[in-house]
Amino acid sequence: MSETLMPLWEVFIRNRSGMPHKHCGSVHAADATMALHAARDVYTRRGESVSIWVTPSSAITASDPGDKDHLFEPTASKPYRHPTFYTVPDEVGHM
Amino acid sequence: MGLPTHEPRGAQLSMSAETAGRPGPAPHASAAALVPYVLGLADDALVLGHRLSEWSGRGPTLEEDIALSNLALDLIGQARLCYAYAGEIEGRGRDEDALAYWRDEHAYRNLLLLEQPNGDFAMTMVRHLLYAAFLDPYFKALSASADARLAEIGAKAAKEMAYHLRHAAEWVIRLGDGTEESRARTAAALEELWMYTGEMFEMEAGETALSAQGIAVDRGTIKPAWEATLARVLAEASLARPADRWMQRGGRAGQHSEHLGRLLAEMQVLHRAHPGASW
Amino acid sequence: MYTQGLNSPDAAATARSEDPARLARFQGKVDTEDKVEPNDWMPEAYRRTLIRQISQHAHSEVIGMQPEGNWLTRAPSLRRKAGLLAKVQDEAGHGLYLYAAAETLGISREEMVEQLLVGQAKYSSIFNYPTLSWADIGAIGWLVDGAAIMNQIPLCRCSFGPYARAMIRICKEESFHQRQGYEIMLTLAKGTAAQKQMAQDALNRFWWPVLMMFGPSDKESLHSADTMKWKIKRFSNDDLRQKFIDATVPQGHYLELTFPDPHLSFDAASGHWRTGEIDWSEFKRVLAGDGPCNRQRMHTRKTAHADGAWVREAALAYAAKRAKRANSLPHAAE
Repeated sequence: MSETLMPLWEVFIRNRSGMPHKHCGSVHAADATMALHAARDVYTRRGESVSIWVTPSSAITASDPGDKDHLFEPTASKPYRHPTFYTVPDEVGHM
Repeated sequence: MGLPTHEPRGAQLSMSAETAGRPGPAPHASAAALVPYVLGLADDALVLGHRLSEWSGRGPTLEEDIALSNLALDLIGQARLCYAYAGEIEGRGRDEDALAYWRDEHAYRNLLLLEQPNGDFAMTMVRHLLYAAFLDPYFKALSASADARLAEIGAKAAKEMAYHLRHAAEWVIRLGDGTEESRARTAAALEELWMYTGEMFEMEAGETALSAQGIAVDRGTIKPAWEATLARVLAEASLARPADRWMQRGGRAGQHSEHLGRLLAEMQVLHRAHPGASW
Repeated sequence: MYTQGLNSPDAAATARSEDPARLARFQGKVDTEDKVEPNDWMPEAYRRTLIRQISQHAHSEVIGMQPEGNWLTRAPSLRRKAGLLAKVQDEAGHGLYLYAAAETLGISREEMVEQLLVGQAKYSSIFNYPTLSWADIGAIGWLVDGAAIMNQIPLCRCSFGPYARAMIRICKEESFHQRQGYEIMLTLAKGTAAQKQMAQDALNRFWWPVLMMFGPSDKESLHSADTMKWKIKRFSNDDLRQKFIDATVPQGHYLELTFPDPHLSFDAASGHWRTGEIDWSEFKRVLAGDGPCNRQRMHTRKTAHADGAWVREAALAYAAKRAKRANSLPHAAE
């Protein structure tokens, strides 16, 4: 597969004033502005939202405090293991 | 089927609720001038909405497929409001479907720009930028119309068109300043569509009278805002404004390009095959 | 139905190499209806099965846009035009939510799309049938979405968090689709003779393929045991199919339409509607690529994807240019 991967963005939406932003999923977009547009088009089709946040998924640092025993995955510094979160040098080739 | 329904906004429009007990035309407006004017607004919206719906399932990304459908739904919604109003003023019992499906192309009053085929994504986004850069300030102005219904339509549509303009502008910038291929396609689209931009600013006799009454907007007054928006976006996109040239016209008089006939044939065929049927 | 064509022969081999204590703890978590989230340890087979099921579900939504999209430009009223456009848009959205859920398992959307385009991944067989009249739009909403809902409601309680949450969002939107479809059928059935005939013809063509959507009896399937144990699949194919039949036959009778099955009868003892034999050879044929629209669906998808490549490249190129410009700015603003 020769196509460059489109960055992944996590989307958080505040539906009504006074409420916190809530994670509702992700979108693919090349930059932050288009990620906001995509989030608005995909996740607010059924009602106005007051505020949308988008962040590159790779920028999130995650932990899973509920799991203290061996179910805790060591690579859990990312929210999940997505191909775009890890850069591979070009010389290594397609992976 | 026991789950609560969550109808998306395109489907929420309830025509009977919308039209019952609604403000009518301003008393000094003549139906003879108002009907064609409102039909023009309706036809513009429907033809462009129809064109955008052709992108469904064909967008460059899933996100953009959804975005294009949103643009189409907004426009079809605007069309429905305008058709309903035009039918009421006309008073011949024609509803939105009678107006949309039973008028031939010589009766359609949409701008030539909007019936042009979608072409590639650059063509579609350039067409949208050229039109939204006009319609956004136009509807803002219309929201101050002396006709309460038009003011209402204008206010709602202005909110929608602000987003249309931002979306189209962001894409034209990215396509103009993306790759060499995208730049070439976008420049070509600008060249091809430029000759249709003059028609947006033309006023017919009836419309001029309505404008004098504060009902319709003087299109010429929108030109500076349109030029300014285009200058800003094209500069950021590293694209040149096409040279001035002869402007194509005739849409408002029902003299269209060869494309509208085919568009309407497809759009109207099923409805016309079953006259009087409900769907 | 999203596991049509599922095939994981090496699952057993991988399972043997995983720590039995870990596996047992994982199973215990699933048994107590605790959700598995992306960063939790999970058996490799669980991860792979989910990637395959969720991605095939996503592919189905995207391919499903085509048969319905076929009538967008000819929708016979403005209200139907807007309604159908919104519905097809919803399907794109559902595909997106599902790709997003699958991506939390370590695969990219691009890779999943590639699997679809090279024919490695499957999508629901029903979308390989053509929509030949406006009534088919009603039939798809009523029957196809009706069948999908049977499958999707249990999936809202699937063990994998992101998939369950995507399904909850999808189910909320889906009920509108089925109602819209049934309303179309009702309008046609109460309409002109030509419209009623259109509706009957649509039912004639879609009924059996819709029953096939649920897949063959689970006795035929090798992998149901695992997917049931892991609470990915919650009911058997036959159970879901029967539930669908029992709900749908009275709806069809209310429309005064006839089901294309001379053996359809109500079994008072069990309270179930019994149907004739399903022609599973047709199902296998369609799954293998010989349905009426398989090639056309793939061609359309491949073309759309290829046509969009220069746009995606341009967006990425612009973003790279912007990032470069931002990095090279002097820090005068500090």
